[in-house]
Order: sequence, then C-alpha cells, then structure tokens
Amino acid sequence: MDDLIEIHNDGQLTIETAIANLQGKDLGLRVYAAWWLGRFRVKTEAAIQVLIAALSDDDDRTEGGGYPLRRNAARALGKLEQQEAVPHLVQVLHCTDFYVREAAAQALEQLGNPSAIPDLLRLLRGQTTGTLPAPEPPQLIQPFDAIIEALGTLGAIEAVTDITPFLDHGVPRIQYATARALYQLTPEPEKARKYGDLLIEALSSEDLQLRRAVLADLGAIGYLSAAEAISATLAENSLKLIALKGLLEKELTQTTAPNLSDGAQQVMTLMDNLL
Amino acid sequence: MSHALSKLLDAIDKADSAASLSDAVQDLADACLIESAPNLIEALSYNNPGAAVAAVNGLVQLGEATVPALLEQLDRNNYTARAWAIRALASIGDPRGLLTLLGAATADISMSVRRAAARGLGNMKWHQFPPKFLGIAQTEALDALLFVAQQDEEWVVRYAGVVGLESLAISSQPDSNPRRSQIQRQLALMANQEESPAVRARIWQAQQQLQKNTPSLTDLSQTKQSALSSTDWEQILTRLYNRKLKERTVLNAGDPIYYRDLVSPSIPARVS
Repeated sequence: MDDLIEIHNDGQLTIETAIANLQGKDLGLRVYAAWWLGRFRVKTEAAIQVLIAALSDDDDRTEGGGYPLRRNAARALGKLEQQEAVPHLVQVLHCTDFYVREAAAQALEQLGNPSAIPDLLRLLRGQTTGTLPAPEPPQLIQPFDAIIEALGTLGAIEAVTDITPFLDHGVPRIQYATARALYQLTPEPEKARKYGDLLIEALSSEDLQLRRAVLADLGAIGYLSAAEAISATLAENSLKLIALKGLLEKELTQTTAPNLSDGAQQVMTLMDNLL
Repeated sequence: MSHALSKLLDAIDKADSAASLSDAVQDLADACLIESAPNLIEALSYNNPGAAVAAVNGLVQLGEATVPALLEQLDRNNYTARAWAIRALASIGDPRGLLTLLGAATADISMSVRRAAARGLGNMKWHQFPPKFLGIAQTEALDALLFVAQQDEEWVVRYAGVVGLESLAISSQPDSNPRRSQIQRQLALMANQEESPAVRARIWQAQQQLQKNTPSLTDLSQTKQSALSSTDWEQILTRLYNRKLKERTVLNAGDPIYYRDLVSPSIPARVS
C-alpha cells in the first residue's frame, strides 16, 4: 500500500502512565513514552516538563555514545507547540550526538520561534565546538539539511550568504534543503522561482527517497508552478496529495473565502485524480 | 493460452529485480488482454508497489469483466492485495463492488483504502442499477459518504468524501432532487465546521459546482448496458438489506452515535 506507517493508539498507554514511564527505570519504556507523548500530541504542562528533563538524560546511551531518549524527546517537543521548550532545544544544539542536533533543529523549525536563529547559524558555520559527526557515511559534520530548512522556515534573511554555498553540496538532500530555504528567504517572486524550479527538476531524480523528500519540500513552500510536476512524479499518491495540499493552502491565502483562484481549482483537480 | 500472453507471463517469471518485475507487470497490463485478468490480480500480492499500481491500472482498463475475480480476491487473506483490489473496484464503478466500497470507505484501517473507496462511491455506474434498486443504493452511498466526509480523522479521507458527495449529487436522478438538496445542505454545514483549509476549499468547490450544474436527464442510451443477471442483483440487494439491518441493530443497542444524531442533526465535533 502506499501509506506510510499508520499508527493507531494501541490503548496500552495513558497520559499518566506515559509520563510515569518516562521517569521510570526501564529505558525501553522511557524512549517509547517520549515518542508516544509527541505522537498523541499530549500538550499538558506535566508532559512538557518531563520531556524537557529528558533532553539532558544521561542514562540511555548507544554503543557509539548516542542519546536515543534525548532524540525522541526533542522530536516530541517539536510536535507539542509549546514555546517554553525553545531555550532547552537551543541548548541541545550543542549535544555531541548528531541525531540529537538534527532532531532539535527540526523541532525548532516546527516551533517557529526566530530566537533560535543565532544558535542555528553558529552551528551551520561550524562555530559550535565539541560536536561529533554522523556515525554513518557520508559522516556529515552537522545535520546541514535540518539546520538550513529551519533557517528558511524561521525567515532568517541574515543567513542567506551562509546558506547559498550549500546549493553545491555533494549530498543532493542538502542541495534541495538549500533550494527550499532560499525560495523562502528570497522576497522577490521572480528571483525565488529559480529555487522552486530547481526542486521541480529534482522530482525526476532516480532515487525514490529523494523524490519523496522533494515532494515534501515543494509542499512546504507551496510552489504553485510545481503542481503538474508533483502530480506526475513517480511516488505514492498519498505523498503527492500531501504536497499538493501544501500548494493549495498557500494559494488559499491569496483569496478571501469562499473564492477560489484558478490556481487553487487546478490543484484540486489534480488532487481529485490522485484519490 | 495465447502466445502473446505466455510471453508476457514468462517475462514476469524471469524478472529478477523489483524494477524489472514492475516493468513486466506494466507490459502485461498494457497488452489489455482479457485473459490476463487472473495474472494481474495475482500481481496485486507480489508486495511490489510498482507492480501493484500497474496491475490496478490494467484491471481498470479491462473493466467490468474483472469484477468477479476481484471480489474473489477480497476473500483471501492478504491485506495488501485486498487493499489494491478495493482500489481497482473503486475505479471500475461496477455495482457488484458497492457493498465492498461501503464497508471499506467507512471502516478500513488504511487511510488510502478509505480514500479510494470514498471516491469510488461517488463514481458508481448508477445508470446500471435497475430503477427499483437505485434509491436504496444511493441512500446507502450517501450515508457512508456523509459519515466519511464529516467524521474521518484524516483530512485526505474527508476530502475524498467531499469529492464523492459532489459526484453523487451530480449523478443523482432528476427525480431525486431531495438527495441533491440534502447534500447541498450538508455541504453548507460542513463548510462552517471543517478545520482543514484544504478540505474546506474542496467543499466550496463542490458547492460552486452544484450551483452551476443543473441536474440533467440520465442518458437513456446508457441505462441498459449492465451485463448483470437478475441473480447478481438479488445478491447485491440482499447484502444491502443485511447491512442496513445490522446497522440498525448496532445503533439501537445504545450506540452514542445514534442518540447524538437524534439530539442534533448537525455535524458532531470531530476529535482532531
């Protein structure tokens, strides 16, 4: 089937047990509880507090020195929309574990708070000391794609000079993240098109994982000119529908309800055919 | 077995990678051979999404003749193949698929199956239904689509429900204007309550389409095309009645949905 994983609450956990598990001794239950609180959008103060505390957990370590619980806690905090998590997530941008930094950058993007920009920018510039590279090839020094995407979404105009060179990075995923961010950070639509068009080209990449990532990028920036190309991409209909939804919702901000622009109507026709 | 078919099947047997398997199934589908239907159905269970998409498209091309075999596939114990078969039925629109689509749209665990089934309910070849069955069939489809469009937890399934409602309203018989105006009333309610901007936009689109499109007489040249026997129709009808009966028993047994609907005819708040 073309769904990504569809998860249902298995009825095993309640908010109270998840919070208790997160503070308990069983490492497996702790890491699952952190994920669970994010997945089911548990936005209570108690949940936020235990997740913030989990960002500095030292008990759960991988053989390579990673911090699985910190990773899941950062991911969960990104989903819970509580701004009080921002300074704590900024702190873990300094974590030795590459994946904790990646999760923190993504969470800061989701929380949408520009106060994170200076620390993200320092990380991008390599001014943050003591961090370890990714354990897997190509052993990136930093999670550049996550950092760049966050800077783009947070509207960090001041980061454009630092971001632009990554258009030529050897890792395609990072090039696309850069195009996406530069599209968002370029105020003139005519100049921004160039970056959107780079992403359209990338939809014909040989690699399905990359095509999926680019679909998400185009949905995130809502680049209307990509509509036809998205609908023709060789990928799952569910992902194409999500991307087109991004375009549609961007287009809806251009008109007042219940008026629909020609663009919005075209996108919906494409969506109807993918159902 | 024809020479053309055996050659294509040979290519499937010899495929040694996911990509070559998917290409071989695509070639089989492109050949449009009616005798290839069992093989295309077999390809739904290869656990290869490329092959499955090609096979579904091939089956849809072949159309109604593949329906009995597709329905048989539903009884086998392979969830993924079943889901693909439902998608093929949704696109073919054959009346024998109606019951399957009603169940899948409202209760399948996979959102992409619910989505396809909801679209399929709007796409039924209503002109093939004998006049005396049409009313109950469309009423069942309407109930299921309203449920999906208003209560499914996934935006994309609600979106598909709206698309289904629009098609159903457009294809409703001129003498069933009450159904059409019921859909329009429900769309108006939904426009106020839907929280996803994309789904809301699709509701507006449907409202505008229905205002533009005045009901037209069904093309009479199409009405006698159904190849279904009277036994087929009896089966469809019996299953529909059983379904209704079961629903009633369930709802009357204290289901909160029943009472909520009694109390308030408007759309209940959805848990997001």
